[in-house]
Formats: sequence, structure tokens, C-alpha cells
Amino acid sequence: MTEFEPKIVGFLCNWCSYAGADLAGVSRYQYPPEIRIIRVMCSARVDPMIVLTLFKEGADGIMIGGCHIGDCHYISGNYHTEKRAFVIRRLMEKAGLEVDRFRLEWISASEGERFASTVAEFTEKIKELGPSKVMEDSDLASRVGAAVDTSLDFRIRALLGHEVGMIEDGNVYGEKKTEDEMREIIDAAIEDEFRRSLILEITSSKPASAKELSQVTKLPTDRIVEHIATLRQKNLLAVDHIEGMTPYYVALRVGGD
Amino acid sequence: MEPEEQTPETPIEQEEQAPQTPVVQQEPIAEPPVEPDEEAPETPPTPDSEELRIGVFVCHCGTNIGGFVDVPAVVEYVKTLPNVAFARDNLYTCAEDGLTAIRDAIKEHKLNRVIVASCTPRTHAPLFQGVCEEAGLNKYLFEFANIREQCSWVHMKEKEDATRKAKDLIKSSVSKAALLVPQEEMKVDVVPRSLVIGGGVAGLSAALSVARQGFDVHLVEKEGVLGGFTRNLNSLSLGDKSAEDTIKPLIEHVQAHENITVHLNSQVESVSGFIGNFDTTIVTNGSSKEVKVGTIIVATGALEYIPEGLYGYGMYDNVVTLTEFEILCKSGKLPKIKNVAFIQCVGSRGQDKSYCSRICCVISIKNALYITENFAEIMGEEGAERVEVDVSVPEISSRRRRRRRMVSAEGEAAPGPAPTGGPEITIFNRDVTTYGADHEVYYNKAREKRIRFVRYTTDNLPKVTQEGDKLVVNYYHETLKTERKLQADMVVLATPLIAPPDAADLSKKLKIPIGRDGFFLEAHMKLRPIDFATDGIFVCGTARGPADITESVAQGLGTASRAAIPMARGFIQAEAILAQVDPEICTGCGTCEANCPYGAIRLSDDGVAEVLAAACKGCGCCGATCPEKAIQMMNYTDDQLLAQGRSILQGAM
Ligand SMILES: Cc1cc2nc3c(=O)[nH]c(=O)nc-3n(C[C@H](O)[C@H](O)[C@H](O)COP(=O)(O)OP(=O)(O)OC[C@H]3O[C@@H](n4cnc5c(N)ncnc54)[C@H](O)[C@@H]3O)c2cc1C
Ligand code: SF4
Ligand code: SF4
Repeated sequence: MTEFEPKIVGFLCNWCSYAGADLAGVSRYQYPPEIRIIRVMCSARVDPMIVLTLFKEGADGIMIGGCHIGDCHYISGNYHTEKRAFVIRRLMEKAGLEVDRFRLEWISASEGERFASTVAEFTEKIKELGPSKVMEDSDLASRVGAAVDTSLDFRIRALLGHEVGMIEDGNVYGEKKTEDEMREIIDAAIEDEFRRSLILEITSSKPASAKELSQVTKLPTDRIVEHIATLRQKNLLAVDHIEGMTPYYVALRVGGD
Repeated sequence: MEPEEQTPETPIEQEEQAPQTPVVQQEPIAEPPVEPDEEAPETPPTPDSEELRIGVFVCHCGTNIGGFVDVPAVVEYVKTLPNVAFARDNLYTCAEDGLTAIRDAIKEHKLNRVIVASCTPRTHAPLFQGVCEEAGLNKYLFEFANIREQCSWVHMKEKEDATRKAKDLIKSSVSKAALLVPQEEMKVDVVPRSLVIGGGVAGLSAALSVARQGFDVHLVEKEGVLGGFTRNLNSLSLGDKSAEDTIKPLIEHVQAHENITVHLNSQVESVSGFIGNFDTTIVTNGSSKEVKVGTIIVATGALEYIPEGLYGYGMYDNVVTLTEFEILCKSGKLPKIKNVAFIQCVGSRGQDKSYCSRICCVISIKNALYITENFAEIMGEEGAERVEVDVSVPEISSRRRRRRRMVSAEGEAAPGPAPTGGPEITIFNRDVTTYGADHEVYYNKAREKRIRFVRYTTDNLPKVTQEGDKLVVNYYHETLKTERKLQADMVVLATPLIAPPDAADLSKKLKIPIGRDGFFLEAHMKLRPIDFATDGIFVCGTARGPADITESVAQGLGTASRAAIPMARGFIQAEAILAQVDPEICTGCGTCEANCPYGAIRLSDDGVAEVLAAACKGCGCCGATCPEKAIQMMNYTDDQLLAQGRSILQGAM
């Protein structure tokens, strides 16, 4: 049996963590070799869709590295990254993927040693978790697929895009409350959209009844029926056929490949 | 075959060897794209339909890579990758023969994408991009693979793993390179005029130097006079004139220069636009004026930390800060003092502010020497009338307060009989930071003059109390390991320079960052110390952190020449790592506008988002949140990042 070699992708911002990784090199801090780094200009560039898509395709671990809060090269980029990481984690939870497979770290250009130790620690964690099961477990795969779709949902993205602004404008009245409120709103939206995405994901491969959907999604049938109504309204779901009295639904992919 | 003797082992040595060629020292993306070499032939854009021909150059970097990665094996592997038309290794890719090899291969093998697998793009991308351009290849068709800093140097004991990783990293770059498209850099005209904010020594030097290079300058100073913090000072370290006399000529030259418009009692109210074309509004006593400038220099200085509640400050009259001490000296209102205690690092280095203010050790020594050298004068003055000393520093209206002080031989402040002999001066310090050769000499001079240096640690901070009508410093003698007392007529607290409270406001207006300590944060600590990441805006003097006048002036002159570069050239070329909106997909929701830290993307009149190319910094924040996914980052598209990620997941053999 060969030892598990995790596939770990690191997205590092050019100005801080990528520079920190360079410094780790210049200082010859040794760390485990599994991580592969992709350079981006700002950690805020990393669309949650990209992270979730790579999880869907079998990544064992993904790390995003940015500048420390307050030190962002682009003033406030990492603030947005933090909000996006929240959504990534929530969606991982919902999909049943271990949240620890994802990491957001602030590493400055002068923290070479911290970069090395962070990678060592993260690699160790991923080895503990073992290989991602996405490629073998088709249920998990469709749930992660639903997470990807959710990350592309208009409502989630718009909420996320306005979150920072809303919190900042709410500052005068007490930031904390507003931040919590925003989290709640986003949380609720993620929950709804994830379930709908999951329904679409499941019904895109094979027609399913409300009851079957309720079993797979672990939601009560009446909630499923609500979601089905919404999806039908949006023209994303249609009745495929009826068995006895039970309608079977199928996803309508718009402009899909 | 490996020439050991010429194989540098450290990056420093390597840096020394490599630049037989014009190594571009600046950072790749960092450098505002104003200095590409003009002789470069216009790059013919590569048509999309053209067959992909990727060339990969894998560097040994002496043994820096070659010693830990099996480079020949990597080259053989790379040759098997899709679209790779050519691959080879180089001993030093950044040396002249390495660069020639790239140039020749582009022509000979008709390469239309180039990858160098070597050190880090942060230092070397501009060099290789330049070579591509010389060979007629658009620089945006170049891609890097970092197999030194992020591979060979960090996996020195795992050659096999490191070799596999190098393959993976190059494979990832190859998959991105296949999706690269040529980009045109946009030319934007630059208005030949600078705005200098702050009229201290830094701003004055900057303004004068910009003006002397033939450009217009608008100098905005919020106070009613020029000169800045230095106006509070009495003498200057290493100077033979008073502070005022030292800076007088500078102020006069600025006032007399025909290119300079000085706006006193003024503030910059708003700034919009980008390098070359900033629209600014200057408000003077309620009336505002619009000024269009090409570059902006921030020289808003720093203030002194007020050590409220520390060492009896605010409680006892004769506990003063260094600045207050200098004002007393300067205005001739210093009471008679013989025993003086200076306490260093008050409120700095972890006591409140985390940083070391650098200059206060020298300043305390300067003032200690001032007392020593002018002792007769200080003690000789007679008269016992009460004087009102206004020690408010003009810049800090919030701290304006008046102190009453007895100036009297028998009075409260200077008690006891007129002393005989020299002054007794003690400098309580944690470490003495008299950096630089001249300042070290200064320190020695202080020792010669019998100024005592007593060390304290944070475990045993000195305590200032009053016994009867005398100040007493209670301290722990580190060498003798005993508690001791020192009587003092005056205690002077060396407090750090701190960022002015309105720096945050300016930070928002100009979209320039503030670092952890509250000072303005430069683009790069080492390579771009006086630039902001926002192109066309520069910073000098104590606005960017504690500095003395020499350093502030040097930085001021530095910013003047940085600002002059785009103005002399007349135009800038905007880096083409930009957000690009697909107007067909955009629904005009405005989310991007709310996310852009630079105001570089906005809804146009027809309700579709548009990018201001010269202002966009290419961070990608807008694209990662556009609800419709209507925005792509040129050179960092979703497809490119996903392709990189996917190729990593597949892994190398
Ligand atoms: C006690 C003390 C003693 C010192 N002794 C020495 C010494 O002996 N030798 C030495 O070399 N250095 C000394 N220094 C350091 C010296 O004072 C500084 O290096 C110098 O003042 C820095 O100049 P500057 O132009 O950067 O900032 P400043 O002198 O602070 O000038 C900044 C200017 O900007 C203006 N301004 C601020 N905000 C705005 C705004 N928003 N809009 C418009 N204008 C604005 C301010 O009013 C001010 O005029 C001493 C400092 C202290 C505190
Ligand atoms: S966020 Fe996207 S859809 Fe909304 S205005 Fe900007 S580009 Fe258009
Ligand atoms: S990439 Fe987008 S968010 Fe970043 S500066 Fe450009 S327009 Fe603004």
C-alpha cells in the first residue's frame, strides 16, 4: 500500500502570502512537498465557485492565503475574502465535506516561517482526514455539485457582494449586530439555495419524486414541495412523468453544456 | 559538468552574478508600467486560431534548483505535455546566454507562449517578459513557474518529491499558458502637475524638487504656516543652527518658486480619478477649488504621542514630553533645572504602541547635551514671577492645554538652592537606538559629557512620584539589583511619533492603505518604499513612519523623482491585468461597484458596468462576486485558474 499523498492546492495572493512563500524558500524553511501553489493578485480574486469546483473534482485540501486584515495590498480585498470563506465553509458543511479541508490564512510577506509551519500543519491535517471521497461517493459528489451551483446563485452572490458595504454603513449603529444579522440572512439564503441546487443536481441525472428527494436531502416533504414549486416557477424543474399518482421531476438545464 | 565555483548558493550571491543583463529590480506587477523600453517592436497579437506552440525554459539556477530537482528529467517530462513545442534547460536563465536562448527559440521554433520555470515572478517576470517583447511576443503570453523558492529550496531533502512537484508546477503553468491571450496596454495621458499634501520638511522638499523639474505643484497645508512639526523644535541633532533657521531657506524657496501654489489653512476634500488624471478639490477657509493633477505626494507627517497617565504625566507639572521640553527651551521658558531625568520608550515598544519610534533616543541625547552645553544660561536666569506656558503643539488642537509652571529659583518647579556644579542628567532606557555612524558619535559625546544611561526592563518600569515638592524617579538598578531613587527637577518623557488622527480620512479619500501601526503603508517595504500600491501616489516623511529630518527630506526628494517619471514621459501604460465586463451578461446590479476598493468599476449611463482601465488594479474582487459572472480578470480568468487547479489534481507522473 502506498502512502496517501494528498492533493493540496494553495491560492496565494501575490503581495503577501505568495511573497511569504518565497521568503520561506529564501530562508530554506522546509515543509511537506504536497502543496501546489497558484498565484493570484488578491485573495479576493478566488471565487468560491473555483474552490468548490476543485473540491468537486477531487482536491483533498485547498488553502487560500492573503494579507493580514488591515494590510491588504488592495486596501480591503481580504475583508471580502473572509466573507467568501464563510460561504465556502457553510456550503462544505451542507455538502457533507469536512470543513477542515479548507483553510484561509493571513500570511504576510515577512512570515516565511509561518508559511512553512502553516503548510506543514495543514498537510498533516489533510493526511489525517484521508483522501477526499468525492470521486467514489456519488451522493457526496452531487451534494458538492449542488454547493458549486449554490456558489453561482445570483442571490447568494449579490448578498455576499453587498455584505461588507451593508456592515460598514451599519457601523454607526453597532457593527456587531448588523454583521450577525447579515450572517443570518446569508445563512438562510444559502440553506434555501443549496437545497434547490441539490434537487436540481439529483433530478438532472434521473427523475425523482418529492418523497425520494426528501429522503436524499433529509428535508421534510412539505419543504421539498415548496422548493419544487419555486423551481418550477423559475422554469428550472419540470414534471418528467407520473407513476400512479406520483409526479417525477426532472431538472431543466438552461444553456448547459 | 557542474561548475561548482560559479554556483551561487544563496540568492544574494546569485543576484550579484546574474545582472550582467539589465535585470529589472522592481517588482513585476508592482512597478507602474511607465518604463518599458520604447524600442520594443509593436507586438503582433497572436490570432486565436493559431496553433499553440509553448516553449518551456527550465532553469538550474546553478545548483539552487539543479541540486535538488532532476532538471533534465523535468525537461523530458515537459516535452510530453500538450502544446509544448520546445523545452530546454539553462544553467542560468536570467544570464545573457539564457536570455539569448529564449530569444532565439521564440524565432527558431515559432513559439507563441513562453514559460520560464525558475525563481519567482515577483522579481524576475519583468526581465523575461522584456525578452519576449524583444522577440516580438506579447508580454502577456509569458507565464512563470516558481520551482526555486516554492520547490527546490523548501524540499531540499526530497529530490524525488521535489522533481515531481516541479513537473506539476510547470504542468499547471502550461495549462494556463494555453489559455493566455495577448493584451494591449492602454496609453493614458498624464497631467504634468503634482499635488503635495502637507507642508513639513518632507512636503516642502518634494514640492520644491517637483517644481524645479518644471512641473506645477499645488502644496496644501492645513495649518496657517509652512514648516510642520519642526517649528516646535529648538535645536537639531547634528545641526549647528536652530531648527527654525535650518528650515527657513527651504520655506522661502518654496514660497518664491513660480511653479508652486501654496494653499494654507487648506485641506484636500475629495480625490477621484487615477494616475495621470486625478480630480481633486482643495478647500481653503470654506471656499473650494478644483485642481486636476497627474500625481499626488502625501507628506502629512506625524504627531507626538501624549503619555496621559504614564509616569505622572498630567499629574505633576514638571513631567513633560520631549516636544514640550523643546518648546520650553525654544521659547526661553525653561525653569531652572539641574537634575533632569529622561525616560525612553514611553508608550512605545509594547507599552501602548508596538513599534520603536527610532528617533527618540537621539532626540533625548540632543536635549541632554543642550542642557549640558547651555547650563550656565539655564541656571543663570533670575526672576520669580509666574509665567504661563502654552505648550500646546499647534498641530494637535485636541490636546491643547495650558500648564502653569513656577519659574523660580525657590519656586515649586525648580526647588532648592541655586545649584552648583554641572547638571545631573540621567537617561532611563531599555536600549539605546542611536542608529547610523553620526548618531553613534553623538551617543559617545553624551557619555563624555557624563550623561548617565540607566537601563530598565519592562518587568521593572521606573515610577515617578512626588515627595514633598520634588519629583522622584524610583527605579530598579539592573546591575546592582537594588531599588533606587533619583531626585529630579524635571522628568522628560520620550514618546513615539504617531499617525495623526485624520490619516484614516485621507486613506479613504485617496484609497491608500494604512499599516498596522497607523502610518501609511508603502507598496513594498524593500523595493518600493515610497510608492503606494495605487499608482501615481507617493508617500514621504513621518507620514510613513518615524523618521528624522534627514530621512524625511531624502524621502521627499525621492517622491519628487518618482512623481516626475510619468509626468516627464507624458503618458502611462496601464498594466493589462484588468477586470473585463461582458456587457451582454451584465444586468447592471452594481455589486461590482460596491466591491471595488478603487472606484475603478461603475455603472455607465446605459446601466452596464464599465471599467476605468487606468484605475483598475486587477485585484479581481469585483469578478469573484459579480452575481451574473459577467466579469473576467484578464490574465487570471476563471478558466485559467480552474485549468491550473485541474492539472494539479491530475498530477504529474
Ligand atoms: C521632539 C522631537 C524632536 C525632534 N528632533 C529632531 C532633530 O533634532 N533632528 C531631526 O532630524 N529630526 C527631529 N525630529 C523629527 C522631525 O520633527 C521630523 O522628521 C519631521 O518633522 C518630519 O517632517 P514631515 O514633513 O514628514 O512631517 P511634519 O513635520 O509633521 O509635517 C507635516 C505637515 O503636514 C500638515 N498636514 C497634516 N495633515 C494634513 C492634511 N490632512 N492636509 C494638509 N496638511 C496636513 C501638518 O500640518 C504639517 O505641517 C524630532 C521630532 C520630535 C517629535
Ligand atoms: S456586478 Fe456584474 S452584473 Fe452587476 S453591474 Fe457589475 S458587472 Fe454587471
Ligand atoms: S479588478 Fe475589479 S475590484 Fe479590482 S480594481 Fe479592477 S475593477 Fe476594481
